[in-house]
Amino acid sequence: MLELKNLCFQVPGEDTGEKEIIKNINLTFKEHSFTVITGPNGGGKSTLARLIMGIERPTAGRILWNGTDITEKNITERANLGISFAFQQPVRFKGIKVKDLISLSTGADKKLSIAAACDYLSKVGLCARDYIDREVDASLSGGELKRIEIASVIARNTPLSVFDEPEAGIDLWSFNNLIKVFEELHDTSSNSLIIISHQERILNIADEIVVIANGCVKAKGAREEILPELLSGTESCKYYQ
Amino acid sequence: MDEIQKNLLEQVAGLHEVPAGAYNIRANGASVERNTTANIDIVTKDDKQGIDIVIKPGTRRESVHIPVVLSQSGLKEMVYNDFYVGDDCDVTIIAGCGIHNSGDSESRHDGIHSFYIGRNSRVKYVEKHYGSGDGRGGKIMNPQTVIELGENSFMEMETVQIRGVDSTRRSTTAALAENAKLVITERLMTHGKQYAESSFQVDLNGTGSSANLISRAVARDDSRQLFLAKINGNSRCAGHSECDAIIMDNAKISAVPEITANHLDAALIHEAAIGKIAGDQIIKLMTLGLTEAEAEEQIINGFLK
Ligand SMILES: Nc1ncnc2c1ncn2[C@@H]1O[C@H](COP(=O)(O)OP(=O)(O)OP(=O)(O)O)[C@@H](O)[C@H]1O
Ligand SMILES: [Mg+2]
Repeated sequence: MLELKNLCFQVPGEDTGEKEIIKNINLTFKEHSFTVITGPNGGGKSTLARLIMGIERPTAGRILWNGTDITEKNITERANLGISFAFQQPVRFKGIKVKDLISLSTGADKKLSIAAACDYLSKVGLCARDYIDREVDASLSGGELKRIEIASVIARNTPLSVFDEPEAGIDLWSFNNLIKVFEELHDTSSNSLIIISHQERILNIADEIVVIANGCVKAKGAREEILPELLSGTESCKYYQ
Repeated sequence: MDEIQKNLLEQVAGLHEVPAGAYNIRANGASVERNTTANIDIVTKDDKQGIDIVIKPGTRRESVHIPVVLSQSGLKEMVYNDFYVGDDCDVTIIAGCGIHNSGDSESRHDGIHSFYIGRNSRVKYVEKHYGSGDGRGGKIMNPQTVIELGENSFMEMETVQIRGVDSTRRSTTAALAENAKLVITERLMTHGKQYAESSFQVDLNGTGSSANLISRAVARDDSRQLFLAKINGNSRCAGHSECDAIIMDNAKISAVPEITANHLDAALIHEAAIGKIAGDQIIKLMTLGLTEAEAEEQIINGFLK
């Protein structure tokens, strides 16, 4: 459903020349796939996700969506085609309430019932009653904000959802819950999931694992193939070199 | 009243028909409807334009509506409304002014509202300003609010001006006695070539008095805004002012907060932030399928709510 072809992303370097952040990446994500992308900090995972969502434009290469070239499409168009993205660092808004955000996620034209909004919040372990009328502003804790961000993507229920480190800042109890939510999302629909994560327990539920380091795909394949090598110790792991 | 006046009335006071409780509706320079209650009297001034609103001590859960509408192009008026709120009251006062100007001459409403609030009273004061009509004549409002808060009393003032007023110079001054508390929230949006100036001066005179002044403003197109907030701490007191503003297009905003402590135990804080809409806020809403323009609209609506 999603194909990245020779994708490159460069930014102007500090001194001279260009800094290459994504270097000629080729990846295919199939329908109903469950992929976890992992790799060292600064390797380019978030940048890749931002390229998929259209937040950044590649400096070379193409992005295909069900065979159609969407490289030139903007964020809104990609969102409406069926791509969703949960930010690594979610955004805060003064005056926009949690229920407004969830309601925008399910589609601005539909009026979301409070009960339905509550459903999404309880999925991510938030007691809906306490949160529905709160503003998505600085008064929310980091973990609360992160969970609301995840709920906003689940609420969209699109063919492809990309979650950037959904586990970051989430407490243990909610983490267990979150794992269940991802498994359930995968089991109950034909939608595809891409999760960027450093967590073994998330790697454990993936069908496919992609390792990205230094802007390149260092390894990709079925979980059974990739995971043992990854777990053999980060220091010696060949993917991290 | 005609349809235009009724629409203005709905915009500024949320009124579809005559309100419950006491009210005085002023249209095109004259009082057109009035109702008083056993506890709330409304008396026309005989030395100048305006009314005295007298609220008996102990009046609870009552409201007064005093909307003003102007639909006759070129009308200029200066109106004095004085509120005398007795001790131990709990009342809601809803004022507001709507101007519809479809002509070429300037329409102007200058309203001076004075509040003399007794001890142990709670007053909620809501004021909305709105302009409509596309004549070349300006729609101008210069509201002045003067507040004297008695011991232990509490006033919450909410002012909103979202659309259509070409020029406004608003001034609010307040003096607080012992343990009195004042909360002011202002919502202001300017567009086109509008100009808005909003100045506050709060004197925290009584021991234990406190004031919280919160302004949220959006300036778009070529509009300009000036925000002045002065808090004087003259006793053991707490004062806080906050101006949070979004600029768009070619707009300009200045915020000039000033705090003066004249007493060792005065605790005063001011905060002011002006900036454009954060890019990542727009991006987030676009990832939910909104266009850039829709995203901006949502962000501003939320901000001004
Ligand atoms: N616009 C930019 N300009 C300059 N450098 C950038 C830009 N965007 C990303 N980078 C750099 O590119 C590299 C990859 O960043 P990215 O955020 O994609 O890493 P990541 O794999 O998500 O890391 P982490 O695991 O820490 O989240 C980093 O070195 C980052 O500093
Ligand atoms: Mg990242």
